[in-house]
Amino acid sequence: MIRDITIGQYYPAKSILHRLDPRVKLTATVLYLISLFLFKNVSGYLIATVFLAVIIRLSKVPFRYIMRGMKPVVMLLMITLLFNLFLIREGAVVFSAWIFTITEGGLRNAVLMAVRLIYLITGSSLMTFTTTPNELTDGIESLLKPLGKLHVPVHEIAMMMSIALRFIPILLEETDKIMKAQIARGADLESGNILQKAKSMIPILVPLFVSAFRRANDLAMAMEARCYRGGEGRTKMNPLRYTGRDRAAYGIVILYVIGVVLIGRYVPLHIWIF
Amino acid sequence: MERMVQTEDLIFEYAKRDEEGNVIGSYRAIDQVNLKVEAGQFIAILGHNGSGKSTLAKHINAILVPTEGTVWVGGRDTSDADELWNVRQSAGMVFQNPDNQIIGTVVEEDVGFGPENLGVPTDDIWERVEESLRAVGMLSYRHHSPNKLSGGQKQRVAIAGVIAMRPKCIVLDEPTAMLDPSGRKEVLRTVEELRKQEKVTVILITHYMEEVIDADRVFVMDHGHVVMEGTPREIFSQVDALKEYRLDVPQVTILADELKKRGLDIPAGILRKEELVEAICRLK
Amino acid sequence: MSIKIEHLNYIYSQGTAYEKQALKDICLEIPHGEFVGIIGHTGSGKSTLIQHLNGLIKAADGEIYYNGENIYSGNYNMKELRNQVGLVFQYPEHQLFEVDVLSDVCFGPKNQGLSREECEKRAREALRLVGLKEKYYQSSPFELSGGQKRRAAIAGVLAMRPKVLVLDEPTAGLDPKGRDEILDQISYLHKESDMTVILVSHSMEDIAKYADRIIVMNQGQVMFNSTPKEVFAHYKELEAVGLAAPQVTYIMHELEEKGLAVDTRAATVKEAADSIMEVLGND
Repeated sequence: MIRDITIGQYYPAKSILHRLDPRVKLTATVLYLISLFLFKNVSGYLIATVFLAVIIRLSKVPFRYIMRGMKPVVMLLMITLLFNLFLIREGAVVFSAWIFTITEGGLRNAVLMAVRLIYLITGSSLMTFTTTPNELTDGIESLLKPLGKLHVPVHEIAMMMSIALRFIPILLEETDKIMKAQIARGADLESGNILQKAKSMIPILVPLFVSAFRRANDLAMAMEARCYRGGEGRTKMNPLRYTGRDRAAYGIVILYVIGVVLIGRYVPLHIWIF
Repeated sequence: MERMVQTEDLIFEYAKRDEEGNVIGSYRAIDQVNLKVEAGQFIAILGHNGSGKSTLAKHINAILVPTEGTVWVGGRDTSDADELWNVRQSAGMVFQNPDNQIIGTVVEEDVGFGPENLGVPTDDIWERVEESLRAVGMLSYRHHSPNKLSGGQKQRVAIAGVIAMRPKCIVLDEPTAMLDPSGRKEVLRTVEELRKQEKVTVILITHYMEEVIDADRVFVMDHGHVVMEGTPREIFSQVDALKEYRLDVPQVTILADELKKRGLDIPAGILRKEELVEAICRLK
Repeated sequence: MSIKIEHLNYIYSQGTAYEKQALKDICLEIPHGEFVGIIGHTGSGKSTLIQHLNGLIKAADGEIYYNGENIYSGNYNMKELRNQVGLVFQYPEHQLFEVDVLSDVCFGPKNQGLSREECEKRAREALRLVGLKEKYYQSSPFELSGGQKRRAAIAGVLAMRPKVLVLDEPTAGLDPKGRDEILDQISYLHKESDMTVILVSHSMEDIAKYADRIIVMNQGQVMFNSTPKEVFAHYKELEAVGLAAPQVTYIMHELEEKGLAVDTRAATVKEAADSIMEVLGND
């Protein structure tokens, strides 16, 4: 059953975003993330919000899925919020009780930081929701190709990534089997302090490593048997080709980034304390 | 007609090492094997675990090269480094573990892996992928993840991946050892279909006697030697010798042999239950 | 040391989109000392069923009684259950991890809280039972051959001195002789040490040779539960669900159809040969 879990939360749907070339999505995500740090005014945040909302709509990924992607970071979000809220002393005092003081500056920073974090995570999740792991590796391989001139093994790295993706579910299932076999022999994986728990992982990790190496060995032989000899001379079944849609998407993203940074830096807007 | 595979005085040894990696001796896995396989034949190589059969198989696609002696595949010497990739393209190999030979995350992408490596143009790759998947009866699974397939289905995908490279010869190294009976039947049926349609040479390595009934020629290995050679019928009739070599014959053959030992006039080398039933009825 | 299963149900991934009922209303009784074979195609639920016997998997509903005690009652000692019901998984050699064979076999007894001396004593005993020579005890388990590794892994479970030994396809991947050796060893253990043995297999022919009783699983349910001869009499139904009776069963039925009064319930080569000789001798 573990084999059914897709890594990277890919959500199958037929949206414009799904159909875009992965290189566009990768580049757009990076530019979007960087842009979030280049402005401070509320006006910029408003533009960013509208942009994000449109992208979410276009992706056809249900909102609750996207919210699920936030779950792992809720802790971080809370900490960031609280730190900014209580430790920044700037401007008029908004609230004070016992040793806790919240200033306008603190409130402003806390909210804006939180928003930035949320938009950061949502933006990158949208990329993984609309791009299959295979597309991602193909995209990364293609974008990093210039590094090949500097003798960076780009093709090999991409091949390693896609093989890892292929075997993660298999290794997870194997871990489950090994755990059950050792529990059947009386292994106790739950009780004890940190040291004891770490020690109890040895009967799981050693067989897992041995198995992983054995698989790697078998796989290497199978790849060679099918004439794999590195990236040279290889053709692709699914070569990445830009379409008009991709070029338009590049255009839109660049316009957005320039727009949001300019507006966010130079157009002042005041809503309450922000 | 050019021989598909030929080995001459083949010897393969590998070094035994101690804990530090120092060589402390050698182990002769293949000892003076002379094998001749004609194009289009269905050859079976039988042997217990450790008999050297898998080691022999790996010489056919140059994963291993002889310590002494020579191996020719399609007229090419496998120890010639310049011919390595040609040898591997002409002799495809399907391995025992279904999972550990599938590289793609989607069935059709895995089948295309071989042609991609050979530099086949994109459109031709798709043609070959469809052809191969159709030949093994897995075309409807082309968009599936391999993780969701049964063992038998995975092996069929692996076979498709090999024939997509258009080899002259397919070597199957214990392809059914990790499958359940229905998976085993699936794979053997696929191989039989392939033989008829594609007319490739098939070399099947196994320790299951019932899989070799339809072979043109059977070789039995033990301790690195070929100890028996002949048609399936000739081999099956030597039940006691086979037991010595740690092999087992199908129940029908044992029964026929037992009845023969008890004095009934049953022909030697019974392969199928229909043959035995007929033979017994003749004695009524 | 009997096991009683009442109305057992198990559902995979309950509550998700992948929900699947793996076991449906299983009712079984395995008295102490029996050699039971469980057979079924892949997906029939046999592996899931045996993982319930030592508490690795918990049923969705239904009860399991070990020695009259309900294992799902409040403070039942699962750890003790695992000492009593030993489970050998498929390809058990994948669980080997220790520095040397003896230490690995000691892992089970060590988890049972036994002294170092007692652990080693039981480990040596178990290794002898599986026929692994003493010269291998100090070797790394990864240096052994496939068949030897498997024996070492089985010894690892035997060293815990279970009263019930459950084996999931112990002959998977072994060559014919290796298969015969392991099954003969298990049969020997069954007779010598009064253990209940539950053997899960694909091969009707293997099970027919050793089992007192056969349980046939199909799509999560018990299809047949009786002696080998009775189960093989249903060979047509077995075929319909992708299983096969031993080859001799088919041969005997065909001979009968052709007019020979042979015993169609013969399940082994010897029985078949005896019957055929008798019939032909009388003609």
